[in-house]
Amino acid sequence: MERTSGHAGPLAEAGCLQLQDVALELHGHHLLHLNETISPGGVLTVMGPSGSGKSTLLAWIAGFMSSSFHATGRAILGGEDITGRPAEQTGVGLLFQDPLLFPHLSVAGNVRFGARGGKDDVAERVENALASVGLSGFGHRDPETLSGGQRARVALVRLILSRPRAILLDEPFSKLDAPLRRELRAVVFEHLRQQNVPAMLVTHDQEDADAAGGLIVTID
Amino acid sequence: MLRLAPWIIVLSLVLPVVGGTLLTVPPAFGYLPVLGGDDWSFRPWLELAATPGILRSVAVSFGSGLLATGLALIIVFLFLSTIANTRFDRWIQRLISPLLSIPHAAAAFGFAFLIAPSGLLLRWLSPALTGFERPPDWLLLNDPFGVSLISGLVVKEIPFLLLVSLAGLPQLNAGQRVMLARSLGYLPRAAWFKTVAPALYPLVRLPVYAVLAFATSTVDVAMILGPNLPSTLSVQVVQWFNDPDLSFRFLGSAGALLQLVVTASALSAWWVLEKLIGKGFNAWVAGGNRQRSDGTLWLAGRGLMVISTLLPVLGLFALALNSVAGFWRFPDAWPGSITLSHWLQALPDLARPFWMTMIIAMAASMLAVAMVLAALEHEQRRNRPATRALWLLYLPLLVPQVGFLSGITVLSQMAGQAPALWVVVWAHLLFVLPYVYLTLVEPYRRFDSRWVILGRSLGLSVNQAFWRIRFPMMLRPVLTAMALGVAISVSQYLPTQMLGGGRIVTVTTEAVALSSGGDRRLIGVWAMVQAITPFIGFLLALLIPRLLWKERRGMQAL
Repeated sequence: MERTSGHAGPLAEAGCLQLQDVALELHGHHLLHLNETISPGGVLTVMGPSGSGKSTLLAWIAGFMSSSFHATGRAILGGEDITGRPAEQTGVGLLFQDPLLFPHLSVAGNVRFGARGGKDDVAERVENALASVGLSGFGHRDPETLSGGQRARVALVRLILSRPRAILLDEPFSKLDAPLRRELRAVVFEHLRQQNVPAMLVTHDQEDADAAGGLIVTID
Repeated sequence: MLRLAPWIIVLSLVLPVVGGTLLTVPPAFGYLPVLGGDDWSFRPWLELAATPGILRSVAVSFGSGLLATGLALIIVFLFLSTIANTRFDRWIQRLISPLLSIPHAAAAFGFAFLIAPSGLLLRWLSPALTGFERPPDWLLLNDPFGVSLISGLVVKEIPFLLLVSLAGLPQLNAGQRVMLARSLGYLPRAAWFKTVAPALYPLVRLPVYAVLAFATSTVDVAMILGPNLPSTLSVQVVQWFNDPDLSFRFLGSAGALLQLVVTASALSAWWVLEKLIGKGFNAWVAGGNRQRSDGTLWLAGRGLMVISTLLPVLGLFALALNSVAGFWRFPDAWPGSITLSHWLQALPDLARPFWMTMIIAMAASMLAVAMVLAALEHEQRRNRPATRALWLLYLPLLVPQVGFLSGITVLSQMAGQAPALWVVVWAHLLFVLPYVYLTLVEPYRRFDSRWVILGRSLGLSVNQAFWRIRFPMMLRPVLTAMALGVAISVSQYLPTQMLGGGRIVTVTTEAVALSSGGDRRLIGVWAMVQAITPFIGFLLALLIPRLLWKERRGMQAL
């Protein structure tokens, strides 16, 4: 109660993602403790070795956490407490290591799958979004026929059209080769800035952290 | 609602099995007021003891079950010890599922048509090798010792035991174990039996018990291949229950309880043997002996497996040949003429039983798939392992069918109810559910949970995520499970026969009923229809996803 008003002023609160006294435990074993506020357009990078609980932190914010973990603290998004909300009501979007394009849908079907806001112009918005990442005319394609980089772009576009109020990225570039990784970093962070929502990146690649350009928290 | 799914499954299995068995008890002791049995007594048991040949019936049921299960297991293990991922091995593995889906009755008929004195095998050998100009007067079929019954059961159960063994092997690192033992100087077969077999057996124990319970109590296979006068115990019991003289229900109930005892004894005997052999086995493993040659074992494993795979295929061929044969003199290897007249004659009679078979099969397997999906989805959402009670799924496979079906029959007669379709569907469900669960549980748990997480972060509710992501992506295993359910249902004889009271007629009950008549051409037609019906399901399960996801390569591999 006290923290909601105390930590950040009402101005900073609009659209911010606040993590208040978040602590993670696995079988009684303390993993991490975090107290941060990410403003719209900002990126918080969390670095640490595997097993440090950084992916679990994302799962907790987004509303999916394995029951073997235990978490305390609150996540506040745009002034609303989203702690413990059902995943589809947190307004938090995710980008994974793998693009995870639904194999039973076309490229456009995948993008439309997440699209929020009005059905009328959705086909047009999907096509525009695909064009914005250089995939104009790819809508009818089978995701399986795309290259790795193209799939990652489709996944990004699908996330953007779902109009998330915050974006969590779980090592989104770790499975790509070096040139592709650089190229995609540029595309992803450019889109993130355009969205003007708070973002959180989990990685163990220093270059990712540098490209994100925000605050870096290291856990061990 | 979903929360109830595991319990609905458990209840709908346990209630009929336990209830049916308990209901068998009063009539077995003379108490069944509707039929005039007002007093408890031992009369049914005395009658049972006085039945001519009853001891022999019991002995054949008990012995043939143990022998058939033991032989099938030995052949499967011998074969597995020779497996080396050759083209032949892959070919055998690919044959398992089709062989498995041949209904028991059709497989038994095919086997009978091969080995009978005037069967295909002797025709092919005669007169050149045997000198026979007419069928020999041998009791090759329905022999009093149950040899043909045992052989038929061995051949039918091998694909099932092979399937469950192959499912268990990957988690054992069999290749590595054998390699290690061989580097210590053991020959390949000994290496396999000393390092893989002891770890594999516990994984297939429950299916082996199910095979044993089935083999000691089968009705349709025993009617076709087993001895007559006396027949096996289970066949006797069914005949008593079918007797128009309702007072035979008392004797039948006592017989059904005796069948429970026989099957339970066979399971206990197996359990004791298992312990004894295990002890000797450990001594053998620890003894460290190295043999000089294991070529004989290799030959036995391969040879027996080839024969066991070829026989059902040839059996189907024999069925097909008989169904279109015109005049066919004995030592002739092939019919003198081919005719469609048997099919054309049978066709008008086939339609109704065929549709009844399909209705029951579709209803039972759709119900089973829905129940299993609900239980598995619940397990996923709760994010914790399944209810322990789900091992009860095996219950209907371990208790002899006559044992509890007779009790349910008595109950529906007490209620004065005409045979109802839903009762038959429910009985089929008992046997369909376990297999549907076993085929779906692995793909369901392996399904990458990130798909659902992704869907929900894109705004889908849990239910939407199931219908829009998990269900379409799992359509292939779901359809396969459904097809397997249809195959299991099609092969059921006793539930339809007993609970349908002769009024609900399927392809299977008709085919088995023909066995006493001995018209080979007609049996050929009906058994072929019975054998083909399950394949329709598997074909659809293969084609539907292929057509639906024609443009989606990712869905072909899933």
